Amino acid sequence: MKVTIDGIPVEVEPGTTILNAARQIGGDIVPPAMCYYSKLKDSGGKCRTCLVKVSKGSEKDPRPMPKLVASCRTTVMDGMEVQNITSPEVIEARKGIVEILLLNHPLDCPICDQAGECDLQNLGFEHGAAKTRYEFDRRTFEKIDIGDKIQLHMTRCILCYRCVFTADQITDHRIHGILNRGDHSEISTYITAAVDNDFSGNVIDVCPVGALTDKTFRFKNRVWFTKPVDAHRDCDHPGCNGKVTLWYKGEEVLRVTARKDQYGEVEEFICNTCRFDKKKTADWVIEGPRKVSNKSVISSNHYDFKPLPVVKTNPVLMEANKEQFERDTRL
Amino acid sequence: MARKLLLEHINVPGINTFDVYRSKGGYASVEKALKTMSPDDIVEEVKKSGLRGRGGAGFPTGMKWSFLAKPEGVARYLVCNADESEPGTFKDRYLMTYIPHLLIEGMIVASFALGAKTSYIYVRGEMMPQIRILEKAIAEAKAKGFLGKNILGTGYDLELYVQPGGGAYICGEETALLESLEGKRGNPRIKPPFPAIAGLYGCPTVVNNVESIAAVVPIINDGADEYAKIGIGRSTGTKLISAGGNVKNPGVYEIDLGLPVEEFLYSDEFCGGIANGKRLKAVVAGGSSVPILPANLFLKTINNEPRLMSYESLADGGFVSGTMMGSGGFIAYDEDQCIVRNTWNFTRFYHHESCGQCSPCREGTGWMEKVLHRLEHGHGKLSDMDLLVDVSKKIEGNTICPLGDAAAWPVASAIRHFRDEFEWHVTNGAEAITRNFGLAHYADPLPKKEETVA
Repeated sequence: MKVTIDGIPVEVEPGTTILNAARQIGGDIVPPAMCYYSKLKDSGGKCRTCLVKVSKGSEKDPRPMPKLVASCRTTVMDGMEVQNITSPEVIEARKGIVEILLLNHPLDCPICDQAGECDLQNLGFEHGAAKTRYEFDRRTFEKIDIGDKIQLHMTRCILCYRCVFTADQITDHRIHGILNRGDHSEISTYITAAVDNDFSGNVIDVCPVGALTDKTFRFKNRVWFTKPVDAHRDCDHPGCNGKVTLWYKGEEVLRVTARKDQYGEVEEFICNTCRFDKKKTADWVIEGPRKVSNKSVISSNHYDFKPLPVVKTNPVLMEANKEQFERDTRL
Repeated sequence: MARKLLLEHINVPGINTFDVYRSKGGYASVEKALKTMSPDDIVEEVKKSGLRGRGGAGFPTGMKWSFLAKPEGVARYLVCNADESEPGTFKDRYLMTYIPHLLIEGMIVASFALGAKTSYIYVRGEMMPQIRILEKAIAEAKAKGFLGKNILGTGYDLELYVQPGGGAYICGEETALLESLEGKRGNPRIKPPFPAIAGLYGCPTVVNNVESIAAVVPIINDGADEYAKIGIGRSTGTKLISAGGNVKNPGVYEIDLGLPVEEFLYSDEFCGGIANGKRLKAVVAGGSSVPILPANLFLKTINNEPRLMSYESLADGGFVSGTMMGSGGFIAYDEDQCIVRNTWNFTRFYHHESCGQCSPCREGTGWMEKVLHRLEHGHGKLSDMDLLVDVSKKIEGNTICPLGDAAAWPVASAIRHFRDEFEWHVTNGAEAITRNFGLAHYADPLPKKEETVA
């Protein structure tokens, strides 16, 4: 099936979503995704940051779709034409979504452990406005300990449901879901019952913000002062293959996470023993330093303000995405 | 007034019992449909009648039925959406309370047409009396052989269940309703797949409003052509309108579609005009989620033609100067009502009822509510109106289900038509708490359309 995204054609399998087709092209035409997680079934469609415009439905039915669609849940049709960064409508809608996602977010990045590897932070940096128009008190929650290793800080949550799907699909005996509705809905383990199983730690990795944090790492260090190193060990848990990233500060392993790809998704889920209990270099076989994009703050305070590569070479994209281009080149 | 189709026998004592209902010609359509017609005939008949969904969107019911996937060996379901929770709408509750057998009769015919062996009536949790009434009516119908195994000896089996909801507005959205019916949290599903392909328990499902299903009964009894004669254009048949607000005679009325709104509002047969001799200021024509219109734009379209109670005429002028038929929750406001307060009230409802699944609606409704609260209590700013319009635009069309649109439209339309009242709430903040803005120019005749010389 042939699909064209922002003027770039790509051949994909039938049943692929627009988002995954865009990821096959790569670069800056990939819509951001806060709630979609390719490893979790049924995820996506909730945060609406990945909205795109379908300007031509398919070869058979060339009518455009009337509304913007969530690219993570819309499958491609043969001959479909999609506009992401070339559509001012999409850019405008996305800006609105980012503002809305940040409405009740405490913006406590300076004291948040997720800062530096936070999807929402990246999203806000790339698409958000400098100031909010929201002048009211933000919703707050008490911090809750779920188990002895995980802390839930609901105030920061953007209700992406990723952790719910993780609890549902990766772990057994799920006691984890959503309570209440509307803007006071909250992730809960149902009366703070501990999430108690071997894979519960993965909810920390899937959380796009700092709502679920590793208590063994809380306030230990900033992410960008630590060095990620790939390592593995012979894990005897049948569901875990022991491939992890170790985060070093000096000689010390401060935390262990699963390996994350460029979209912030883990490659393989790991068990709690690997994550929480094995924090000595002697426990691991070191493979080498983890490659971190040079746009990330994790790569030692090195910010890269070069305009996005595809935009720079394509005059059509340059014109269409003028605002973004100016923001990038100004710095 | 032409013959009523749904509420013809509403004043007969004991019409809620099977025997009286039967003696008035009830269940004739079941006999006719099951004994003389094939399921496809019924679908064709409903298609020909031009019946449009009475729940709000106005999608042709026959078309919806013909979209139902019919794979071999998979059960199909018919679900009746009786989760009526739109502020201003109470027609389904009325119908279920007083003439429950009409709904059950319609359910049998519709289930037969769709080939459903199990059908559900999903009733809003707050309507406990209606649930009891329906359960009693089902038991009566079952005892007389109209439900259960081998109905009327035709070999068709149907089980009908009443399922109380939890009382959430969002469960009136068809996919959220199905989730709730399955026993899950009532979050709308992401479409596609549509319920006609994968609905209840992953099987093809049709979800119809109470009134749509009840309207199948006269269509089968009298024939589609008779039914299609009533009404105007693509709005055929009769519609239940639940009139409320400051009208003299609030209540549920069955009207022929195409009735002039002026007649509906002022004739003694229907609303009887505005109560206490006051003047009309504004109207919400079809339940809280449709755009609100000032009196002058409601009675006349922008081209100075009289507006009619029909899907097309109410929508004349689009969102700029029109509104929608919606679910038929007609609310009239007299000159002493405050539009800002009303808009705040509606938004408070949507804020409370948002399911919290997708972000624009979850956060945006709360934001709009807070801004409107500030405006209503005299602490607003002049920039708030633009802010509200902008926020409503960010919500509209960007959400999973139509609740986001429903929350955005009343705000956007109120500001579009009543902007001076909103501004007055800012400039005269202290005064706005003690008195209302009044009628102002909202009932003035519309200016003549300027002839443009080509």
